Amino acid sequence: MSLLQTTATLFNKELRTELRSRELITTTIVFIVLVIVLFSFTFDPGSSESRRFGPGLLWLAFLFAASLMLQPCFLREQLNDTLSALRMASPDPFAIFLAKLAANTMFLLLTELMMLPVFAVLYNVPVWHVLPQLALVLFAGSVGICVAGTAVAAISAQARMRELLLPLLLLPLLTPVLIASTEATAALLADKPELRLDWLGFLAAFDLVFLTALWLFGEFLLEE
Amino acid sequence: MTSAGAPLGLRCNNLEKRFGNFMALRRISFEIVPGEAVALAGHNGSGKTTFLRIAAGLSRPTAGSLHVGSEDIITTAVRMRIGFVAHQTMLYDELTAEENLLLFARLQGIATAAQRASELLQETGLIDRRRSLVRTFSRGMRQRLTIARALLHAPALLLFDEPGTGLDAPGISWLAATLLRVRDAGCTILMSLHGQAELAAVATRAMRLEAGSLAADSSSGESIESVLRVRER
Repeated sequence: MSLLQTTATLFNKELRTELRSRELITTTIVFIVLVIVLFSFTFDPGSSESRRFGPGLLWLAFLFAASLMLQPCFLREQLNDTLSALRMASPDPFAIFLAKLAANTMFLLLTELMMLPVFAVLYNVPVWHVLPQLALVLFAGSVGICVAGTAVAAISAQARMRELLLPLLLLPLLTPVLIASTEATAALLADKPELRLDWLGFLAAFDLVFLTALWLFGEFLLEE
Repeated sequence: MTSAGAPLGLRCNNLEKRFGNFMALRRISFEIVPGEAVALAGHNGSGKTTFLRIAAGLSRPTAGSLHVGSEDIITTAVRMRIGFVAHQTMLYDELTAEENLLLFARLQGIATAAQRASELLQETGLIDRRRSLVRTFSRGMRQRLTIARALLHAPALLLFDEPGTGLDAPGISWLAATLLRVRDAGCTILMSLHGQAELAAVATRAMRLEAGSLAADSSSGESIESVLRVRER
């Protein structure tokens, strides 16, 4: 069975279990709404401040929500020791990561796209005219968050202080993604919208480096 | 479905496993030849589960070596020829019985996954509940499905950790008959047991672990019954 077939089989499982439990998406959406609404109280909508700080707040909300969403992705595999079953049945352990990465990215993107209108209304920032470019930045940023987050979730799931460990390891690690995504988003939401290819390139490089690391060392992260 | 490929033997040499300061396994050495059915006895905490998890390639020994067949146990190819039943069910509660079996059958590259899943659901008596979520199952039903999952790919080596857990008397009889059938098909079996004479009857050899050490082995002349008799502490 090829890596792609194994990944597709596992991705299907991730979707099915999530659609039935609705554990990750619901928590993430509620959390992002709360953060965006609470942050909006601190700004005067329509002011230039809102446009300046909005992208940073938006990505902070996505980052915190992702750390909440990524936590259970390996933890719930430990409930019935299903991770051991996957390790024994999968011809390539990297497929386990790829499937989780794809599912996490999809869930995060879905929540981000659902939250964009809320952000646009509350912060009075028009996003529709740059939606395709914004979707590209959201995609590159989300892959970055999820690729590093999935690796850290695998490490922290086996640790004793797992609930604390994931955000402690993940948030500093994702600082470059936060900066690049915020800068790229801010440039798109400016008076003269511009797609900053330098920041987009940086995000793509980050994604590629972490994906390669996961491919090389992923199996060790799954060991007991 | 008969056992895929030649049965796998197992050989360990001075195997040790530590968890911090706690020594779970102490320099264990023995060999299980292909086709043997070995029952492993011992008190709780004697090291049975630790040994089985190392043999399944899920955990690394601290020292010593363990080989399955002629290869290093950690290789994925070897791991995929093992059928493992652990303490936990290793099943997804949010998937149905059929979806669980199909998932693992597809991962293992079984061409006739649906047919194989259906056969095993029939054998386990769960065919009528194949579309029910596993979270709605009783412990005994989950255990039957767990055993079915381990048998999906007709493994060459079965590692069963207390496989009778949660099974009622008919369930134990079904499991004993299943183990007999796979043993006679040439599959190597290593299973930890607590009592359950019906399952012990399948064994062609018995070993007993005490405090992480190999305390008795029927291959040295002692009877299987006496090796499996765990002394009161």
